[in-house]
Amino acid sequence: MYSFTELKKNLKKDYNSFRKVRLAILGDTSTQILAQALKGYAFHYQIHLDIYEADFNQIERQVFDASSDLYAFKPEITIVFNAVEKLLYKFNKCNPQGKMHFAEGHLQGISAMYEVLEEQLGCKVIYYNFCEIDNAVFGNYANKTTSSFIYQLRKINLELMRLAQYAGNFYVCDLCTLQNRIGRNNVFAANIYINTDMVFSLDFIPHVAKSTLDIITALQGKAHKCLILDLDNTLWGGVIGDDGIENVHIGNLGIGKAFTEFQLWLKALKERGIILAVCSKNTESVAKEVFQSHPDMVLRLHDIAVFVANWENKVDNIRYIQSVLNIGYDSMVFVDDNPFERNMVRNNIPDITVPEMPEDPADYLSFLYSQNLFETASFSVEDENRTTYYQTESKRVSAQKAHTDEGAFLESLDMTSDVQHFNKFNTPRVAQLSQRSNQFNLRTIRYTEADIERMGADNSFYTFTFTLEDKFGDNGLICVVILKKEDSTTLFIDSWFMSCRVLKRSMEEFVLNTIVSFAAENGFRSLKGEYIATAKNELVKDHYKNLGFQQKEGFWILAIDSYNAKGSYIKNKNVPVNNG
Amino acid sequence: MDKNEILVRVNEIFKKELDNEDIKLDFESTAKDVEEWDSLSHVQLIVAIEKSFKIRFASREIQSWQNVGQMVETIFKKL
Repeated sequence: MYSFTELKKNLKKDYNSFRKVRLAILGDTSTQILAQALKGYAFHYQIHLDIYEADFNQIERQVFDASSDLYAFKPEITIVFNAVEKLLYKFNKCNPQGKMHFAEGHLQGISAMYEVLEEQLGCKVIYYNFCEIDNAVFGNYANKTTSSFIYQLRKINLELMRLAQYAGNFYVCDLCTLQNRIGRNNVFAANIYINTDMVFSLDFIPHVAKSTLDIITALQGKAHKCLILDLDNTLWGGVIGDDGIENVHIGNLGIGKAFTEFQLWLKALKERGIILAVCSKNTESVAKEVFQSHPDMVLRLHDIAVFVANWENKVDNIRYIQSVLNIGYDSMVFVDDNPFERNMVRNNIPDITVPEMPEDPADYLSFLYSQNLFETASFSVEDENRTTYYQTESKRVSAQKAHTDEGAFLESLDMTSDVQHFNKFNTPRVAQLSQRSNQFNLRTIRYTEADIERMGADNSFYTFTFTLEDKFGDNGLICVVILKKEDSTTLFIDSWFMSCRVLKRSMEEFVLNTIVSFAAENGFRSLKGEYIATAKNELVKDHYKNLGFQQKEGFWILAIDSYNAKGSYIKNKNVPVNNG
Repeated sequence: MDKNEILVRVNEIFKKELDNEDIKLDFESTAKDVEEWDSLSHVQLIVAIEKSFKIRFASREIQSWQNVGQMVETIFKKL
């Protein structure tokens, strides 16, 4: 972890080339040092934080007064930070009845504040949950009575999680688990608190800043999607090629336990939607045999999306894995026990994350927990099936090799697409695709679940979601188009983003046919598209041009009347095919 | 460690924490004499001095200093 002094030195560096994020901080204790740490830490995330800091103890006034500086600042994200010390102070002032209902009262306040911030300012809210402190008024009996502070505090922390379930733009930054990891004595320095009204020690501040920035980065659509694993002494103890399958360490005995628990964690990540890949210096059949026949293995071959075991160098192998998965190196993590391999990968593929694994495998898990490598701003059921998608993708690649004619190949896939408007079932997935699509994304405007719900209900927006199914399997919801009525004749394409795993399947043509027929049926005369360049969406620079749009004053225009439906190999699942 | 040696070490801490190699403290120095020394960086200095000397200041002590000499005096008593 960087020290506060190091973070503060970053403030003198040049942030100009970084993405700017407008962040407001509202706190009921002094937040100046926290603000410095956030800005300093953001350097390592290549984010330029433009921070508005309210005078302290002005949270309510800033939120509920539409003429406040907060409104003038128009934050994209607001941090609300109620300190546990102030919470205890408020609690102590309550009468016995008030103490028993303290949590509900506090939650109502937060919830009211969130609604105003979300509706009036349209910003996302990061709320710091409460570090647990027990005031020892009841001793352990505190767990047996609703009148105790710790009971009410824990209830608030739980209720915050509940609020976050349905409040789409409300994110909890979990200070309580950070405190659990580094200890209360490292979190709080009483002499500093008394002198400055600052409730965090200087040693804790960088942890808070990192955790906050993890959320902010995830909200910007950056996330690790794939974990590439070495095998010998990473997934199991020992070297399979030398020791043989009976002698590798895994299971309940001795050091084997560390590897089993590590694999259980990997399995949980896979179920959450992280793609697991293997990159190992081994003979493929020997390495695979462990997955197939060792009774104590948690991970099996079907858990691994891409399995590479050979004697080539790992840099080339990781490049190969990248080409199969078609995701950026900055969304990959590489875990290997061998420092030589780690350095070689780090030096040749700078964007990939390579954690500096501890020497003792017993330390693997707690170390990786502390790194928080898999922060996310969304989660949907489709995540759980991601490995299957990539496995069927490699089957498609093999099938494609058998067809020299691309058209015949696409025809043979029997592709269908389910076209729907936004609804409560697809909202989480739409939001997720909006957060995650970087390459095939024309304007890269990120939308949260709350935004999606709002647009779904707004008459000036027309929303479309597309799935893609073929004979090898279902790719799920892979494309979204949001149209905005600009005037009675023009529809503006506010968003068009698609998962890259369905590139070159004639999906673009199918989508355009669909939206053009919609536009024609509803009396519109033209579609207006826009390409906003980012570091990652060069892929779609000529998207509108390729589809026959004409450039005009920085936008792309398509006349509906003269449009001829494009050829596509995809059929609409909900429209019966008319062969007559 | 005598007070002059403490002052030298405190001076090094100031240079590092305030990121300024030109700081030269004496016993009479106050916050007015050092540009980067404000109420925020004061917290940094206190924490760094506590760590370096492996001591802990009482909250009253932190409030009592009028100049660097008094700070050194407090450190001296604790060693």
